[in-house]
Order: sequence, then structure tokens, then C-alpha cells
Amino acid sequence: MSQVIQAQLFPGVNLTAVHTNKFKSSYFGVSLLTALDRDRAAENALVPWVLRRGCRTYPDLQAISTRLDELYGGALEVTIEKKGESQCLCLNASFLDDAFTPGEEQLLEPAVSLLGDILLHPYTENGVFSKEYVAGEQTNLIDTIRAQVNDKRRYSMLRLGQEMCRREAFGISKLGDEESAAAITADSLWRRYQALLSTAQVELFYCGSAAPERVQQAFKTAFAKLPVNPDREQSECELRITAPAEPNVVEEALDVTQGKLAMGFRTDGIGVWDEEYPALMLLNAVFGGTSMSKLFMNVREKLSLCYFASSALEKFKGLMMVSSGIEFEKFRQAKDEILAQLDACRRGEISDEELDGARRILSTALHTLTDSQRRLADYWLGQAVAGIDETPEQLAQRLEQVSKEQIVQVAGRMHLDTIFFLKGKEAQQ
Amino acid sequence: MNTLEYPRIGERLYHRVLDNGLNVFVCPKPEHAKSYAFFATNYGGMDMRFCLDGRWSDTPAGVAHFLEHKMFDTEDGNALQDLASNGASPNAFTGNDITGYYCECTEKFAENLRILLRFVSVPWFTAESVDKEQGIIAQEIRMVEDNPHWRVFMNLMAGLYQRHPARVSVAGTVESISHITEKTLYDCHRAFYTPENMVLCVAGNVDPEQVCAIADEILPKRGSGKVERDYGGAEPPEVAAARVEAEMEVSTPIFQYACKCDPVPYGDQTLRMQLLGELTAQALAGPSSPLYASLYRQGLINSEFESGYEMYSGCAFLYAGGESRDPDEVARQICVEAERLVREGVDEALWQRLKKAAYGSRVCGLNSFENICVGQAKSFFDGAQALAFPEMFDTITCQDALALLNTWIRPDCTTLSVVRPKEGTR
Repeated sequence: MSQVIQAQLFPGVNLTAVHTNKFKSSYFGVSLLTALDRDRAAENALVPWVLRRGCRTYPDLQAISTRLDELYGGALEVTIEKKGESQCLCLNASFLDDAFTPGEEQLLEPAVSLLGDILLHPYTENGVFSKEYVAGEQTNLIDTIRAQVNDKRRYSMLRLGQEMCRREAFGISKLGDEESAAAITADSLWRRYQALLSTAQVELFYCGSAAPERVQQAFKTAFAKLPVNPDREQSECELRITAPAEPNVVEEALDVTQGKLAMGFRTDGIGVWDEEYPALMLLNAVFGGTSMSKLFMNVREKLSLCYFASSALEKFKGLMMVSSGIEFEKFRQAKDEILAQLDACRRGEISDEELDGARRILSTALHTLTDSQRRLADYWLGQAVAGIDETPEQLAQRLEQVSKEQIVQVAGRMHLDTIFFLKGKEAQQ
Repeated sequence: MNTLEYPRIGERLYHRVLDNGLNVFVCPKPEHAKSYAFFATNYGGMDMRFCLDGRWSDTPAGVAHFLEHKMFDTEDGNALQDLASNGASPNAFTGNDITGYYCECTEKFAENLRILLRFVSVPWFTAESVDKEQGIIAQEIRMVEDNPHWRVFMNLMAGLYQRHPARVSVAGTVESISHITEKTLYDCHRAFYTPENMVLCVAGNVDPEQVCAIADEILPKRGSGKVERDYGGAEPPEVAAARVEAEMEVSTPIFQYACKCDPVPYGDQTLRMQLLGELTAQALAGPSSPLYASLYRQGLINSEFESGYEMYSGCAFLYAGGESRDPDEVARQICVEAERLVREGVDEALWQRLKKAAYGSRVCGLNSFENICVGQAKSFFDGAQALAFPEMFDTITCQDALALLNTWIRPDCTTLSVVRPKEGTR
């Protein structure tokens, strides 16, 4: 069985430790959480990438890779996440669990110490980040920002979020924009890094077989040099936004053979904090969240209007987003049919099979989450952003209590805000 | 029931061959919430020409994938929905030499396994449903054709191989799939979905005896043997094209650079070659290699850059690729480094670290039931035992890697595939 222990190591610096014997690896997360900000997003996003280039003890990539190899192929990756209106700058690592090292070597302490070194003791030149590292990672960041257009399905969802929330922090890209990325210097990035170290909320995560006391001690030692600040940031998010009377329609043309239709709904402020949240999860599952949902069964299978059609929640922001791939000329037909399926939910046209199926799928997803270290890390990071400590099992319990009437009621509160249509260039003529 | 013990990695497999010829492998994991069942046939996009009832037939590109889509249809409806309504997440994939169906669940495992085995073993196609699927798959093909990573890979395969069917896309083309009829599907199902040509692998909170009992209950009592297949005759060692280029809507050029290696015959050497191939790719261009550090420092690659080794029946290749403003320069430096390594050898300390790292990553990979089951199925089709990798690692030496690298510097054995930004793209 697994056990979750949460502790504040220093003010605004929290550790979540999942103690379990069922994995071959141990998993570590170090995340800095800060409010999404248009001017700072690119700088913030660049910080962990530059940190990943080298530290005091392992000054370049090859030295870090060598160290990871010595620790039985440890993996260390940078991810930048957006959760609600928080930008999460994450260093995630996984190592062979101590139980499976051939010579009973202990990897926990060296692993945490490596993470501490990377976050707190970067490789510097003249008291700031190396110009070479900053310039290299800056180019990569700009390339990544530009590459967002490559995956058209994801790009259309990204654009939908930007258009829909253009006056809210949520509309800011988690990577920032190209222009501010291009303006970053080694000096400006160093100042941003120092500010983040002393003001960002810090979330630490561990999942593995080591005893919680040992884990806590390892993190305390490795992160002892974090600046002390009793007033570190706390995540916030604006949810109570109402949709316009007439939805905003945005079209964009690119050289593609398949169109992408994305539609964004406001949930009337319902988010992960609310009593109605399990009902919203079920509504989304019935409407478009699964392979037996109304969008999949009717819009894709029965009417063959789309290659794919699904919906997903932004649970920290109160949005429900529909994503679909269509032939260009099916725009109106697909849009009408997607809306018709939501209307059916509003009228209570939800069969017992649909509801039971949706409930079983969500329940399974929450239980299987506990079988994956990466998903556990992501779940608990989200809970930290939201400031709640509900376990996946507890949320699964709440799902069992939701009635069809509650789902119908929640469906009535969904309002279409923005439509984004990615069409082909020839379709303009 | 045989028990296969793998004490170095803390795993145990139960194995039985059923009366109908199906091999069943079960890996019990009582401490997990979920169970995972994987039912696969040794049949994929490459298997276009085969001999059924004494007659050779050629089928259009994309049949294995088309069949995978249609297998979910049952006389009473659709198995996807039956499984989904039990909270199970079912899905399937088609590769060059495998079609696999799987389902993951936390509740009603026995019922879900019955549904999985039944829909995969009992075909149900109608002219109308085949017709409709043509529309759906045509959309899927168009979508993947917009994907630059797919394009760069398919161009690479077409450049590497002159005859081998791995050069053809698993999904086929909009044109090729238009020739598929329900008769094609029934024939291919009868040829390749026989118990002797399939494998069932299960991991999770399950009882091995129960898994075998359910397979005995649902599947045909008797198999009908394995069919003969043809991959187009001997593949020459030279590539079809040294360079393939395309233009698409991408921001940075993406590329794959590969070297055609000798095919690996059926047997436990396939596992050894897989491990050796991956280690060799790491020694040449992995994140802790001198070349990677140098390319990264020159700004020629970013963290998307990856190298590895792929192997299918009758073909194998070493590759490296990612995004670069100058793919030709990256390819040139890879060749120079391969030559240097063959000349000077791989640094012994680096080699030992790479083995340590590869071992640790393989063990950690066993966190995933999908890795356990799919890995077991693939290695079974190749005649090897995936979980025996610790013992295999012990036999691999630095000299083996140099011998493999030597193929990289043979003449006419590499292909560089590049997708460049279209004129007018940002």
C-alpha cells in the first residue's frame, strides 16, 4: 500500500512524499511556481533550461550526463507547465530504486543532492549565468516557441486558449513569446533566477521505497541554501469570467490538408475546488472525454464528420475545450453537431449506460494514476497549485455520489465563449 | 504452467502453450490497482504478400492497420464501447510486423479479457462498414501526412530500402486502402489471426490459471498453422537514395540520418542485437557522448536530438535525428565520429557507464505494464526473451559495438532524410 506524507520543509517550500514499494524507480520533482506574467514568462521558462546545462559540481551537459549514467541511467528532464494561471518550472528526475541496484548502492541521497546542486548552485561566469549557455538555450526556447505550430491539433488548442483568455493571465503562453525570449541576456536572466529562488512557491516531490524521514532529511540537506522568505508566492486564478453573448470566432489559414475546429466553453466558475467539480468531470466524460462519449459516438462514428472529436477540462481555470479534426467544408456542420450534443446533455438525454460508463472510466483513471509515478507527480503538483490535499481515491469516492440531475444542472452552466478554426490556405479563395 | 524466474530484476513470468497453439505469458503484480492484457498477432504493415490455401496473394498497403480498425466491430455492436462501459481503456496499434490489442482496467478483469479475446478472434465485416471505415482512415492518413515527423521517417525508410516493405507506410495511402474489401479483411484475418501466430501477455493483479482458463474458453479449440510470407526477395546492402528531401510547414528543418545494418535472424540474438544496437547508438551520439556535447555546443542540435537502433524481420538500422538548422553538417560530423571510433575505439570508462545506464533504464522501464507485455510479445515473435536482458548485457563488449559501427562507414549505406521549412514559412 502507498502512503502520502506532506510536510513544509521551510516557509513556502513543501514536500509531498509518496511511500510505496511497487515501482522499480524512485521519482523526484523540484518545481518553482510563479504567477503567469506576460513580460516574465519567457525568462521564467528559460531558467530551468539554463540550470540544466551545468552546475558547480558538474559544469556542463556531458558532466551531468556522466553523473546520471553513473547513477544507473538516471533521467533528468525540464518541463514547463501551465496549471491554471501559474507557470510551473519543473525539474523531474527518476532513478533506479535502491532496491534494484546490483551492489545495494543507495541512490536517493546522491540523486537529491544532484537536484539541489542544479537548482541552487548553477555554473557561473563573472557572477552570472554563462553567456554561452544562455544564448544556446535562448535559441532553443525560440525554436520551441516557433515549433508550436508543428503539431496542428495541439496548436489549435493553444490558439483557442490564447484567443479566449486574451485579457486573462491564462492566455499567456507557458513559454512566453518570441520577442521577449529574444531580449533576454545573461544578466537579466540571472536577476530573474535570483528573484524566483527567493519568491516562487517551491514544491518538492518524491515517490519510491525510501522511508519518509530519510527522504525529508535528504531534501532538507540538499535545499538548505534556499533563501529564507516567509512570504513566498501563493497560486491564484481568475475563474469568474462570463462568456460573451455571441461567441468570438477566430479563423487562421495554414498549409494543411485537414482542418481543426476548436471550441472553448466557460464552466461558470466551476473548478477543481468546487462541490460541483465531480459533476463537471462526468459531464465532460459523457460529452466528449472518452471513446464512448457523445462526440466520439455520434460526431465521429455515426456521422463520420470528424477524424477525432473530444473534449477536455482545464480544471484550474474553469474551461471545457473541444478539439476536432475535420474536412474544411464540414466546418458549420461539425460545429452545429458538437453544440447539438451538448444540448442533448442539457436536456438530460444521458442514458444509464453512458453515465455508468463515464463514471467507470473516470474512476479507473483515478485509480490507475496511483500506478504511475509521473502521473502522481503531476497530480500532486496540481493539488499544490490549487492548495488542496484531496487524494485521487477521495476524488474517486466523490464521483460515485453524483446524480444525473447534477450533471444536467452543470451542463446548463456551460457557455460557448470562443471558436477557433484552422483552415487550409486554398480554402481562403 | 512453466515459471520463468528473473531474480536480478525481481520479475517472474508464468508461461503456458494452450492446446490450440497460443502462447500465454502472465506477470502477476498484486500490489497494483490495474491489470493490463495485450493480445497480439505477428502481422503488420510489412506482411502484404503471403500464401493462403496454397495460393500466393498480394494485398494493398495498409490492410493490417485497416483490419485493426475493423476488428472492434462485433455482430452486436462495438467492443470498444463494451470495454469502455466497464471503465476499461482499450486500444490497438499496428506496426511493421505486429498488430496488438490491449485493454487496461481496475475492475471486471475477467469480463474485459473475455471481450478482448472474443472481438479479436471473431471477425465481423460488412461491405457497408468497410466503406465507412475508408472515409475515417483516409482522414487519419491525411492527418498523418501533415505530420513532419512522420514524413521525415517515411522518407528515410524509402531512402534506406530498395525492396523491403518497411519502406511503405503501415497505414498505406488513400489510394491503396480504396482497394480493400471485406473479402481482403476476412482472408487476412484467417491467414494471420491464428493462435499459433499470436501471443497473449497479461500483467497486473491477476491469477495466471484464470487467464489461461478464459483463453481456453473463448478462443478457437484448434489453430490452422502459420502462413508463409514474402518480403520481396533479398534486400541489397546499398541504400535506395543517399538523400531525401521534402518541404513542409515547419519552423526548423527536421532530419533523420540512418545507416543500414545487416538484418538479424530469428532467435535470441535479436535481443542481444537490440541491446547492442542501442548501446552503440549511445556511444556514437547519445547524451553523454563527446559528439553530442560538441553538436549541442555548436548549436547544431537541441534536446530533441535522439539516436537509436531499430530492427524488424529482414531489416535493421542505426539512426540519429531531431531538429537542426544544418542537418547536412550534423550528418557529416556523425560520419567523422563513427570513423574516429572505429579507428581509436570507445573510451572504456564511457562504455562501462553506458552499460550501467542502459541497464538501469531497462529495469525502470518495467514500471510500465505496457512495456512488460509489448516487450514480451515482440521478443517472443523474434524468438527471444525480453526479460533475460541482464544476462545478455553481460555478454556485450566494446568490440561488438565497434563492429556494428563499422557498418556506418561502409559506402552507400546511409540515408539522410530532411524536411525543410516551406518558402514563406516564418
